[in-house]
Amino acid sequence: MISRGMLPYLLAMVLLGIGVYAITCKKNLIKVIVGMVVAEYAVNLFLVLLGYRAGGVAPILSEGEKAADLARHSVDPLPQALILTAIVIGLAITALMVALALRIHERYGTFDLSEIRKLKG
Amino acid sequence: MTDLFPLVVAVPLGAAYLLPLLGRMRPRWPLDLLAILVVTFVAAFTLAGLMQGTTGTLWLGGWRPGTERSIGINMCVDGLTRLMLVTIAMVSLAGVLFSISYMNRFTGKGLYYSLFFLMLAGMNGVVLTGDLFNLFVFLEVAGIASYALVAFGCESEELEASFKYLVLGGLGSTFILLGVALCYNQAGTLNMAQVAQFVAAKGINPVLTLAAGLFFAGFGLKAAMVPFHAWLPDAHPSAPAPISAMLSGVLIKALGVYALCRVFFNVLGLGGGIFPLVFMALGALSMVVGVLLAVGQWDFKRLLAYHSISQMGYVVLAVGLAGELMAKAAVEPAAAAALQATAALALFGGLFHLFNHAAFKSLLFLCAGATEYATGTRELKRLGGLTRRMPVTSACCRIAALSISGVPPFNGFWSKLVIVLALARAGHYWLAGMTVAVSFLTLLSFVKVQRYVLQGELRPELAGVREAPAWMCAAMIILALVCVGAGVLCPLIQADLLAPARDALLNGLAYARCVLGG
Amino acid sequence: MPRPGMTLIVKEVTKLVSGFIALYAAYIVLYGHLTPGGGFAGGVILACGFILIVLAFGRDFAAQVISDAGAKSWDTFGAMLFLLVALVGYRVGAFFSNFLPLRSNFRLVSAGAIPVSNIAIGIKVAACLLGVFLALSVYRAARAGGGEEEELHD
Repeated sequence: MISRGMLPYLLAMVLLGIGVYAITCKKNLIKVIVGMVVAEYAVNLFLVLLGYRAGGVAPILSEGEKAADLARHSVDPLPQALILTAIVIGLAITALMVALALRIHERYGTFDLSEIRKLKG
Repeated sequence: MTDLFPLVVAVPLGAAYLLPLLGRMRPRWPLDLLAILVVTFVAAFTLAGLMQGTTGTLWLGGWRPGTERSIGINMCVDGLTRLMLVTIAMVSLAGVLFSISYMNRFTGKGLYYSLFFLMLAGMNGVVLTGDLFNLFVFLEVAGIASYALVAFGCESEELEASFKYLVLGGLGSTFILLGVALCYNQAGTLNMAQVAQFVAAKGINPVLTLAAGLFFAGFGLKAAMVPFHAWLPDAHPSAPAPISAMLSGVLIKALGVYALCRVFFNVLGLGGGIFPLVFMALGALSMVVGVLLAVGQWDFKRLLAYHSISQMGYVVLAVGLAGELMAKAAVEPAAAAALQATAALALFGGLFHLFNHAAFKSLLFLCAGATEYATGTRELKRLGGLTRRMPVTSACCRIAALSISGVPPFNGFWSKLVIVLALARAGHYWLAGMTVAVSFLTLLSFVKVQRYVLQGELRPELAGVREAPAWMCAAMIILALVCVGAGVLCPLIQADLLAPARDALLNGLAYARCVLGG
Repeated sequence: MPRPGMTLIVKEVTKLVSGFIALYAAYIVLYGHLTPGGGFAGGVILACGFILIVLAFGRDFAAQVISDAGAKSWDTFGAMLFLLVALVGYRVGAFFSNFLPLRSNFRLVSAGAIPVSNIAIGIKVAACLLGVFLALSVYRAARAGGGEEEELHD
């Protein structure tokens, strides 16, 4: 039913689930940040795994090889380019979150989400 | 002319990097001058593009795909793009003009402008691009800039609101990226036009339906539809006033509603029968929940934020109605012409309301900002009698309040009327009635605002209140003129601005022909 | 008063290694069109090299190597260079097209404008990450008050 080939994709989704669980259910600000990072990286992993071709080689052209031949039996290079960008975006979000968390700690004195609730209604 | 369109992304991006350097120099005026020049350039360029009716595609780097799957990125200008660009330019111009005086009370004005122009460049990129992953990247650029801008004042409430916004926005972006990955896996390409060709040829399969669901969740979160609205009532009031205007005025539209329309109408072909109904259901829910929560608010900006949710519900409802009718027309060829006509009407109403909401909601937030600048408070109970002291602000506030309540002859009336008519023609009488009821409640809510803020006796602690500075008044007057002009000159706008946008969406999957054929 | 930075061993090793880190980063950036890596990866490695100097020697010494304002200026320079590469592409046709000659494959100087954009991205990312690190560490230091050793061991 679930073949061995699908296992990496399922595990990436499990990782995403762990990340989303941490974002939604954890009370500590830092744990929320870690959950966010895990969720983003899980999606990046999934995206890279989509490009896999069974028995494929890395998409690096070597001397004497033709581009058309390489394209036939290499893994898909496009998702790799995509996740490079996505990793940079994740880095920017993480840096911003950490900076915000530091400032929140300064103002509220705690990282506990249940006490950071000045805005209501 | 089409080839020059990347400049509306490149020029603000370049300015975003130069402005912090200028911000550290004394005197201050080169900073403001450069900001005004850049935003005027963007506004003039988009207006010129609108006048000429430029349509076309350009491929970055000249990487045209030919017949195989494209690996280049294209930027596509069609009617919907022109409408969104004009909306963004209009609100950004007002925002920059307002910021010149308002942001003098904050430190780091150069950094503020830098983030503002990053957000502008990101939004322009979102509406211009024709590639799914490029859409995600520009969405993130604009989104991250907006997270930082919400926290700009660094008070505790602003930080908390920004963190909440960040976490929810990041979650939405994760879903969008997952949707893009699934689309790529199925269609083998990221180019929107080629995915549309794939969907037209092969139809929707369960993976694409899952991708459509993920897109709906992600973009719906950016558009603050119920149940994804939890971040908006905290984030929009906490931001500085011009940023609240930008966020409510264009960000939720460019990143949320525009992306939803583009992906669902032109790329995924409505994603199967269920999605238009979900649009309509959540649009109606947003309308009602937004206005009910807004009526009880006593904080000026928080009230406006809840009204944003409600008005976005109008647009999503209209768009969903159009989608449902188009799906029905595909199934029943006999009644197709009438259904298409009603769908066109619904889309016209939705897009017109999108443009109108950008105008009057930004104006309302700017007025709230001017009031806060002059009096120092946002609580309705502590304001009062400002009409005599702040004539320009109160006149603009009145115009905006009348527009949002749907009073003729201002612009809000026409767009709401068209939506109600389209709902009635399609046979959804309950929804049409609900729309009218929500409009009435909006009117009630703004009568309350008028009574508490503008009319009544001037409180003793507000005795020293003066009118807002000239730049802020100029920004508000520009938007007020747009509100009045769009209402009175409705037929003019209809032909140039809205009809091409509506046709671009009505084309549906034939978008591919427009992009790749030309 | 405790001396800034870490212990002697860390300082000596950093003196030896930081040059190699910078060289490695330059290699990754320059060969970005031939081997995996490119602008972003090289920029991160260069930023890590600078962060190592800041951690090992303390912020005051590192400010002589590259200060906060310097990081911001290099950031702007990298971004402007990248934008310039994109805009000059207009001369050849489309936005962002390749305007330098594409020489033969597998040479270091080939692939047109791609190495230039790699260098621009590398400079920008390195300056940017260093700026982020300095901003966060300055903030921690301002809150910790005295005791420079505390802030560097976080």
